[in-house]
Amino acid sequence: MYKLLLLVLVPIFSLAQTSVQGKITDKENNPIAKVKITIPELNTTLTTDESGLFSLVQGNRNLVLILEKEGFQKLEISQSCTIDFSIQLQKMDSENAIEVVKVEKKLSTLGRKQKAVTNTQNLTQGELQKAACCNLSESFETNPSIDVNFSDAVTGNKQIKMLGLTSPYILMSEENIPAIRGALQATGLNFIPGTWAESIQITKGAGSVTNGYESISGQINYELLKPQKEDPFFANVYASNDGRYELNTHFAKKYSDKLSSLVLLHGNTRNMKNDMNDDGFLDNPLGKQVNVLNRWQYNDVEKGIVSFLNIKYFKDEKTGGTFNQDAVNPLSWKSNVTTEKMEVSNKLGYLFPDMPFQSIGFQQAFQYNKMNSQFGLKEHQINHKSYFSNLLFNSIINNTKHKFITGINFNYDSFQEDLQVNFTKNYDRIDTSIGSFFEYSYDNLNNFSFVLGARADNHNRLGLFFTPRAHVKYNPFEKTTLRFSAGRGKRASNMFVENINVLASSRDIVINDENGKLYGLNPEIAWNYGASLIQKFFIFGKENEIVVDYYKTDFDNQIVVDLENPRQVTFSNLKGKSFAESFQIEWNISLMRHLNLRTAYKYLNVKTDYATGLLEKPLQAKNRFFANIAYETHILEKGQQWKFDATFNWIGAQRLPNTLANPIEYQLPTYSPNYQLINAQVTRTFSSTFEMYLGAENLGNFKQKNAIVASDNPNGPFFDSTMIYGPVFGNMFYAGLRFKIKTKKEVVREI
Amino acid sequence: MKKLIAILVFLFVGIHANAQDKPNKNKKVEIEVNGNCDMCKKRIEKAAYSVKGVKSAIWNAEHQDLHLIIDETKCKILDVEKAIAKVGHDTQDVKASDAEYDKIHGCCKYRTDETH
Repeated sequence: MYKLLLLVLVPIFSLAQTSVQGKITDKENNPIAKVKITIPELNTTLTTDESGLFSLVQGNRNLVLILEKEGFQKLEISQSCTIDFSIQLQKMDSENAIEVVKVEKKLSTLGRKQKAVTNTQNLTQGELQKAACCNLSESFETNPSIDVNFSDAVTGNKQIKMLGLTSPYILMSEENIPAIRGALQATGLNFIPGTWAESIQITKGAGSVTNGYESISGQINYELLKPQKEDPFFANVYASNDGRYELNTHFAKKYSDKLSSLVLLHGNTRNMKNDMNDDGFLDNPLGKQVNVLNRWQYNDVEKGIVSFLNIKYFKDEKTGGTFNQDAVNPLSWKSNVTTEKMEVSNKLGYLFPDMPFQSIGFQQAFQYNKMNSQFGLKEHQINHKSYFSNLLFNSIINNTKHKFITGINFNYDSFQEDLQVNFTKNYDRIDTSIGSFFEYSYDNLNNFSFVLGARADNHNRLGLFFTPRAHVKYNPFEKTTLRFSAGRGKRASNMFVENINVLASSRDIVINDENGKLYGLNPEIAWNYGASLIQKFFIFGKENEIVVDYYKTDFDNQIVVDLENPRQVTFSNLKGKSFAESFQIEWNISLMRHLNLRTAYKYLNVKTDYATGLLEKPLQAKNRFFANIAYETHILEKGQQWKFDATFNWIGAQRLPNTLANPIEYQLPTYSPNYQLINAQVTRTFSSTFEMYLGAENLGNFKQKNAIVASDNPNGPFFDSTMIYGPVFGNMFYAGLRFKIKTKKEVVREI
Repeated sequence: MKKLIAILVFLFVGIHANAQDKPNKNKKVEIEVNGNCDMCKKRIEKAAYSVKGVKSAIWNAEHQDLHLIIDETKCKILDVEKAIAKVGHDTQDVKASDAEYDKIHGCCKYRTDETH
């Protein structure tokens, strides 16, 4: 059918002409001769003739044209080159001249990577700024693939979930170096300020083997700002009515074409005591943080060298507990979590000048992580020193249809861990592992590609094991993409760190020892399988996209955290089955120019065999609905623009752990009520260097009333702050601004 | 204009090809190949890859040229050109037969401004 249509339509087009003409004129439509036109994509420079004309071969779509002519403003424009077009140049103003005018076609801020074989979404800065997120754990609020949970009021950290599994099952990497692991596995994303990220890639399902064996439900990679691309100065100030203040400043300096550096400074503080749900406890812990990153980038294009060096330090302190704290009062309860990190990492890449398809890369990172926690009388301390290194080699077999990547890596982790709860125990240990991997990619250059990867690792406590992963992509039709993936993951759980919030309760800790090598338990092993379908189509000329995906994670072994007895929390290995099924359907519509609607429904079926039988995972909504609407006005002369964004979330009932053994006043219902959340933000851009935003979270003012069980007697046997299924603060308003200094005066316009 | 570019490309490639005598395992070559669209691109690159020794093939519609990296110990540039002509695309040295040209899709008919 399509072919028939094409056959009819094509001759009409091909008869018309084989070249496309462009005309350059001034504001009065007088042709301008001798305009220099640079087309970086095609590596060409053209010049207009006496009548302002130049021609291109037909067959191009959008091209970036750089137009230069003395006496006129330089113009960078993305132009559709399918039919004849004309462009106007503006005369240079004598004073206050703008040197460059950039005209951009807006790309979607939430691009699905078309070429990737994996199911990967790319979040750009535009997307991250839709909800002025303070740190990366909060940056997924406009994305249906990731759920942001409300962590307990005591630590104030937010955890994310993908495919119904918490962050320990997600491999989180910084520029492809596993970054958030070990002592900071559960809380690490909270310490990456949102403004530092250039983009985030979310991969659902089994990921690549190149970064390790630990990923089970997916991978999140974030790219930091690149020194070479950044403006000399950037500042962002944020304040909210719950007493949170944040300041971000970035300084970039270019020493030469090759060497540049970037200093990123972040500070935040929360100093206002709030108790909006009247339970006698602070809704959010008070806290302060300093966070510093210095990056160096050295690029030598001719020699094919790319390298980065990062030096990082942060310290964060959070204090929570009862509104009034007093050491002698038995009704006073205090928590304190101090986190500190130092890191030096570097990357070195060499691209063979004769062979653009071949490269060698080396990555390494030294980290020192420390987290000291105190919850009432319970304490936990962990010091984690780690070294990671990875050597990779990329090349081809015969031709670029067959690519491969292979390498070896070495990991060293030393933990000093102490726990003082209903027992006192030391868990010091040293982990070392060495592994090698091979990943083969095939692309038929048309509609079919696959990636097969495997790695073998030898770990002193996990043993010698094999990790296979496979991904397939097939386009049966031009607008249809099918993807399949399968893979295995294995990990050594840092179970106290990953479940640190259970210490903020009166529960006794029980470990069902199996004589294993990890806290007496055996490692976690899971298989993940999945399929996804993307279909694009047009209705009344509007672009629509439907994405359907299904993933299942099956655990062979797991660390099961059993909260079904309200007097204790039991850590044990899996006896029986445990799985997480995720089904998501997403429908994205571009309603009109600059107005986009995103809707999603998600069904999660996460069940585990606990001591009392197969139960739904607690505090996990089975059904969720999501909608996001974004509208932008057209960018005006000096870059002025309005942006509006609103997100609606409906969160279905969540099973609550069994509390029947508690006195009646401390019992919880079997399920939480369902609730809705509405967040909205308005951004006003005054120029390409200055913008302000104003936003609100939880506009419906939903508050979880009984967030802390037995909050009236925090030192008694029934106290439990782990039952958080919704916000405790109610509606929250915030405002902020972004300001930057550019090297060149430029304005951005769009077509 | 187009012909001038073609001649220039031809001359440039000619000089380049003469410069080295020893077989190079990663020889970079640019050859003129005519075509129009994305379908042509897929067809041309597929044909180039069918020749053993072609490591990388990227065709550019604007320049009407194919950037090749070939292993000269395994194939010659002419082999690649022949393979491409066989699927209906004219190259600098080998023209596609009319029969082959007729087989290509309507939107790929690049010879419109010449004999037809």
